[in-house]
Amino acid sequence: MSTLIIGASAAGLATLESLRRHNYDAPITLLGAEPDLPYDRPPLSKHYLATTNPHPALRPEQHLANLNATFHLGDPAVALDAARRTVHTASGRTLTADNIVITTGLTPRKLPNQQPLTGVHVLRTLADATALREDLLARSAGDITTDGPRVVVVGDGVLGGEVAATARGLGCEVVLVGPQRGVLWGQLGEVVSGLLGEVHGAAGVELRLGTAVGGLTAVGGRVSGVELVGGEQLAAEVVVVALGAAPATEWLQGSGLKVADGVVCDEWCRAGEGIWAAGDVARWWHGGLNRLLRLENRTNASEQAAVVAANIAGQPTKYEPIPYFWTDQFTTKIQVHGIPAADAEVTVAEGSIDERRFVAHYRKDGRIVAVLGWNMPKQTRLHRKHLLPA
Amino acid sequence: MKIIVDQDKCVASGQCVTAADTVFDQRDEDGIVVLLTDNPSPELAADVHQAAAVCPALAIVVED
Repeated sequence: MSTLIIGASAAGLATLESLRRHNYDAPITLLGAEPDLPYDRPPLSKHYLATTNPHPALRPEQHLANLNATFHLGDPAVALDAARRTVHTASGRTLTADNIVITTGLTPRKLPNQQPLTGVHVLRTLADATALREDLLARSAGDITTDGPRVVVVGDGVLGGEVAATARGLGCEVVLVGPQRGVLWGQLGEVVSGLLGEVHGAAGVELRLGTAVGGLTAVGGRVSGVELVGGEQLAAEVVVVALGAAPATEWLQGSGLKVADGVVCDEWCRAGEGIWAAGDVARWWHGGLNRLLRLENRTNASEQAAVVAANIAGQPTKYEPIPYFWTDQFTTKIQVHGIPAADAEVTVAEGSIDERRFVAHYRKDGRIVAVLGWNMPKQTRLHRKHLLPA
Repeated sequence: MKIIVDQDKCVASGQCVTAADTVFDQRDEDGIVVLLTDNPSPELAADVHQAAAVCPALAIVVED
């Protein structure tokens, strides 16, 4: 009963590790689109971007060798035949297995009609982060004459906020542009988004929110700035486009699988006979919430992979997590358990907003749907119990 | 079984405590991991491995 895992990042590697922990001793192959050994993504917008730290390996090379699996890296899957459980790769490999696990993650969105320009970045892969870091660390190269480059971050979600904070910490002049009323407004609502905006403002990030970007300006193939709808231009040597990402499912066209904002799975994370999905790419039926759900966060990658591995190893397990994500922006750590909403009622349950150290409850229809911590990690976790099924 | 935690890597998610609350705790002030015992009894092995697997910062190493 062989297993082929498509995607060699957190979810893919966690599937492999979990299978071996279940004493699954059949052949396992891990296919990865990128050439690097499996690495961790959360540091890419934080520590890795800020310093010359090395490759944030998920596991040491010796540990990978001990997993007794075949790694094909730098070879993206290009097609799947679900009925035959056969995958074709860019290099021409044809791989077949009894179980196929799809962990291909996300592809970052770009601006409409975005042309390739020097100085314009998205941030998803290690290569993306390395290229952005080189631009951010460039102090006086070429036409960059200020202390640090002028950076415009397009996007007001988690990634946009983190990149803006890291770039500002490096001494760059940073403008954050986004369509929402505040950073993370759509997810966290007015109160917390307002506080987060204050953090950015106090650190010197210029916030241009409620503003749509019309396009990029360029001189000689290098970006020179961002043009807002309405015509105003913001000069920049570096532009980071952080407009979210879409599930990496283009290669599944014609596969026979149902794809709709991710690989659609049942409550066991099964997409078809012998086909499974985990991590950012999987949209599965959460029995506790009674709806399809897709989560883009680090902990989901590990937890969903563990459930898929249990199911393959013959221990049927439904996947019904309490979602969790965190973001670090400057010295503020925000942690969220559950699913918050911008229109939820927010009350402080512990600590105080004045001290910038608190736990908040998000309520909808009188029920607590999320617990948010602001610089109060342990206490936040203790409030997680309010989200457990009755 | 021997457990090693890296407090510098820890991001204070507390996922390890949720998985194995007799082995891991968090500091009150900043949520960084605290190891309650580095050699727990064998019946906790599954929980400890689960804690290491769900740590989003890869800050827990378990040696069997």
